[in-house]
Amino acid sequence: MIIQSLRMAFKSILANKMRSLLTMLGVIIGIIAVTVLISIAQGTTSSVTSSIESLGTNLLTVNIRSFRNNSLTVNGLIEFAEKESESIGNVAPIVSQSVTSKAGDITYSEGTLEATVPGYEKIRNLSVEYGRFLTQPDLDNRSYVAVVGTDVADELFGTRNILGEKIRINGYEFSVVGVLAEKGTTVSGSSDNRIIIPFTLGQRLLFSTGIRTFYVSANSPDVVTTAQSVLEEYLNGIFSTSTEVSTSGEISNSAYTVFNQSDMLTTITDTTNTLTLMLGGIAGISLLVGGIGIMNIMLVSVSERTREIGIRKAIGAARGAILIQFLIEAIVVSGLGGIIGLLLSMGLIVILTQALSISLALSPAVAEFAIGFSLLIGIVFGMYPANKASKLTPIDALRYEG
Amino acid sequence: MKATSRGTASSVRPPEDSKEGIHMIDMKEIVKKYQMGSQTVYALNGVTMKISDGEFVAVVGPSGSGKSTLMNIIGCLDVADSGQYELNGKPIAKYSERQLARIRNENIGFIFQGFNLLPNINALENVELPLIYQNLNHSRRKKQALDALERVGLSDRIRHRPGELSGGQQQRVAVARAIAGKPSMILADEPTGNLDTKTGKEIIGLLRELHNQGNTIVLITHDSTIAAQAQRCVYIEDGYVKGGVRT
Repeated sequence: MIIQSLRMAFKSILANKMRSLLTMLGVIIGIIAVTVLISIAQGTTSSVTSSIESLGTNLLTVNIRSFRNNSLTVNGLIEFAEKESESIGNVAPIVSQSVTSKAGDITYSEGTLEATVPGYEKIRNLSVEYGRFLTQPDLDNRSYVAVVGTDVADELFGTRNILGEKIRINGYEFSVVGVLAEKGTTVSGSSDNRIIIPFTLGQRLLFSTGIRTFYVSANSPDVVTTAQSVLEEYLNGIFSTSTEVSTSGEISNSAYTVFNQSDMLTTITDTTNTLTLMLGGIAGISLLVGGIGIMNIMLVSVSERTREIGIRKAIGAARGAILIQFLIEAIVVSGLGGIIGLLLSMGLIVILTQALSISLALSPAVAEFAIGFSLLIGIVFGMYPANKASKLTPIDALRYEG
Repeated sequence: MKATSRGTASSVRPPEDSKEGIHMIDMKEIVKKYQMGSQTVYALNGVTMKISDGEFVAVVGPSGSGKSTLMNIIGCLDVADSGQYELNGKPIAKYSERQLARIRNENIGFIFQGFNLLPNINALENVELPLIYQNLNHSRRKKQALDALERVGLSDRIRHRPGELSGGQQQRVAVARAIAGKPSMILADEPTGNLDTKTGKEIIGLLRELHNQGNTIVLITHDSTIAAQAQRCVYIEDGYVKGGVRT
């Protein structure tokens, strides 16, 4: 019976190709809208998330706001890190500034000078393609050495392996000892324009005293909170004069701020999830409209085929048989629309991935949801017309002049 | 070509030994009325008639006589307002819509004036239609449908759609559809009404042939020359049976 109804449904769809296609179009567009928008939202989420994760989810950024009593030193920080090695991995103070660099006649103005310590390499997940990263002797000797990003190498020398070449920054000449591996452009901008020099040299070059910004990495994402509290305790000790105990007993310190990368990740994930839901919801409305289109056409079909229903009933079709026939027809139309829509959106996603150069993927869950939802639409919006058809009395239906 | 061999129909068929005592159709005081505005119109006003197994009966009457209403009630398409109608010894007044559909499917083969074939499917599929609702499997369905088409002489037209067939051929497909399910009765409502005299005669000839093979046939017509082809005529006028003639 069901198989027979399926065959009849396909026959009737093929008999009215244009109309069936137009009916399906509503579902097709709805499914494309839902799947593509959700894929874009998911793709953006995962690209934002992974770019944040590439910065290290176990990263804590400390900004010092107080200039008074700033007794932080590089060695002090390193000692602190060694003492709290249970939770804290590396510390790296940093001074950074946009600079213009030169090599011969060529000028590169988009570089960012970052003066830091060897630990920075691990904290920011940098990897060196040619040469080496900064070493402790570089700091001790305030050597004029630089480790540069690929953009810097490309722009100034047109090649990547530029070990031993000289670049000039603010009138000082640095010799390139390392070239970083390419990181690519992320939401936070290019990461390949760095010019990394020893921290001690940078302080002198940029007329910066003391430590204003430093990174701390926790040993693992699990101990970030521990690391943060240990760090705050240490900083409260140093900036004790600025410590305030609020009425609720919470200790706050206006001298510094600690920024937790995983907090940011959570915030962003929440935001993008809301965005995904919202986009899906909006696209869902077009699916709903598609469903109403199906109901509309099925109602037309019922009145057009009143005589057919009468004949079928006269020769022995019970109400249930007519109901199933029309319901299956609606489900087949919407299901086919769903499948076509899904195939088209797969194609569209491939095209968009290449055109926008972001990685989009249709997740199986979204595909299943799309097919399931389109079938559901067939059932919901097919039920009323099918029920109407099944309620026709055979005499009235036979007498009907269509 | 009796339906006695069919197990599914046995519920509404009399047992073999009591066959003589029970009529296929036994109607007593059938009344059917319609409300036309404030007026009540009696389409049937106490019709009593009996039709035996294997008979070829013509129900004759002018238009408006109530014969179409009678045919709807005989064919279980409609239910009487009062009176008793027994089909194969079973009163059908209390049957549900679903049971009536089943009786129509298994016991009655309809032939209509306007053929009433489905235009989008071919002759074979049209003939198979009642068998689908009998839940027969594919091969059995096809065999019975092909047999029926062979009996009406259309074996060479099974892939044609109704629109590609002449009126006479279409009505023969309808006859094949009526007999495909091996019903106990064939109910023909003005089967020649849309045909020219020659093809009309062919169809009546086909009905006579089916009768000779043992089918019970009820023919509804306003044309007394066609009615004369039947074994027996029942005249109906103004909702009453006016008399019967055995030809």
